[in-house]
Amino acid sequence: MGELRAYAKLAGAQFRSVTSYRTSFLVEVFANMGATVFDVITVFVLFRATPEVGGFNLQQAVLVVGLSSSGFALADMLVGNVDGLKNYVRAGTLDAVLVRPLPALPQLLLMDMPLRKALRVVFGFVVLGGAVAVNDIDWTPARLVLIVAAPVAACVFFGSIFVISASLAFWWVDSGQIGSAFTYGGRDFTSYPMTVYGGWFRALFAYALGFAFVAYQPALALLGRADPLGLPAWAGYVSPLVALAAAAAAAGVWRAGIRQYRSTGS
Amino acid sequence: MDRIDARVLTISRNGPFRGSATTFGALIGSGFRRYATYRQATIAGTFTNTVFGFLRCYVLLAVAAGAAGHTPAGYDAEQLATYVWVGQGLLSVIGIWGWTELADRIRTGDIAADLLRPVSPVTSYLAADLGRALHAMLTRFGPPVLVGAIFFPLHTPTRWQTVPLFTLSVLFAVMICFGCRYVVNAAAYWLQDARGPIMVWTLGSGVLGGLYFPLRLLPAEITVALTVFTPLPSLLQTPLDVISERDGPALQAGLVGLQAVWVVLMLALAAFVQRRAERRLVVQGG
Repeated sequence: MGELRAYAKLAGAQFRSVTSYRTSFLVEVFANMGATVFDVITVFVLFRATPEVGGFNLQQAVLVVGLSSSGFALADMLVGNVDGLKNYVRAGTLDAVLVRPLPALPQLLLMDMPLRKALRVVFGFVVLGGAVAVNDIDWTPARLVLIVAAPVAACVFFGSIFVISASLAFWWVDSGQIGSAFTYGGRDFTSYPMTVYGGWFRALFAYALGFAFVAYQPALALLGRADPLGLPAWAGYVSPLVALAAAAAAAGVWRAGIRQYRSTGS
Repeated sequence: MDRIDARVLTISRNGPFRGSATTFGALIGSGFRRYATYRQATIAGTFTNTVFGFLRCYVLLAVAAGAAGHTPAGYDAEQLATYVWVGQGLLSVIGIWGWTELADRIRTGDIAADLLRPVSPVTSYLAADLGRALHAMLTRFGPPVLVGAIFFPLHTPTRWQTVPLFTLSVLFAVMICFGCRYVVNAAAYWLQDARGPIMVWTLGSGVLGGLYFPLRLLPAEITVALTVFTPLPSLLQTPLDVISERDGPALQAGLVGLQAVWVVLMLALAAFVQRRAERRLVVQGG
């Protein structure tokens, strides 16, 4: 109970701090939504030039981008600010977090909860809803479960990627933008059908790192379409398992990182 | 000598121009050296630019494969690959993202020290930014372009004037981008916390600058209006159209000429905003 109260205090302090600069906060809320809006607009612009990208038409592509951006927006709001870890490690301010009698990760997340990202989550799910409406999906119980589970799994998956990329700072303080290649890069990668990519790049990102299971495979399963790349039909339904594996990996990396952490002593 | 002033007597008789050119050069050098110390960040950033290069290149090539005549918006596949990879190289040279130094200094009150200096903040930050851009051009530009050339067929310029025009275009783009960022950061003079305006800038400059997709994919009227009435397409779209030879020689040179106009306008705007801000500035902090 005491722990929960402490977390609530942290979240409340954060809320008061963001609302003290109201103009900036409001601008940020809309700018953040704008980021996701532009991702979706990009897809529409590309389809102006061609009826099919990688063998998928616009409606199907919107389903892929809807799954990806709803999951990403949710993960970015809940976990994305773990990005700031490198600043805490550099300045040694992580010490203050570690000496408190609460787990470090939830504290970090609540200390800088980006409420400005709330509206973009709403937009991500609006796109997903629109995509479900325009595609002629043959609803079965399994698909009903999948449409709920897939964005959650995508959120867990992206959240794990956020934690792993941020943990890099424990070993390499100046890792800078490397994490973005996998977090924001992962979002962009999963916004398109995997058929678009080629060679070892697809093998690495889609299958070795598992990004294919965020949006592409679930979208195929929802549409009842065979995978042009040859994975079986059930591949779309394993996305929660892939997400759990990613979460386990993230937990392991985080724990190893915390053990590895040495303060700057300042 | 009926007035006492703080001028230092010098033996060589430097004209005022020579003096300010030396100062400007020294500030460029300091900007260069500052970024030269962030070696690991340079490597990390280059890696990320390269990953995004693969992403965007594959997507645009898939669009080209499906488009009528395989030339969406007038680019063939090689031109599109050039557009993407040179764009990834230029991203950090132009530096559209991440510069919040001025806003931070206004918020903390450090700006007071800048205002005491004999060089105007617009001039000194411009010089430092040119130094930063030069460093980025030497370190960050090459690797993504090289990786792109290894994995994808790129467009080789066929006209002699393309490379000189491209160099000029990049220089203009750096100065336009600096002017824009200065104005956006200067919002902190009025708002204290400029994170909101900076986010709007980050978002708008990426999309309307031509980073996410070539703006020519939009309806022609929108592209023309954006290019003529906003500085944003001059940031990336124009240098990339120049190097990929998307247009004929006349339009290619004309776009660079348009950039020159935007350089003058944006730097003048930055100087104007700075003057207005100085009239109402209350320095923060103690």
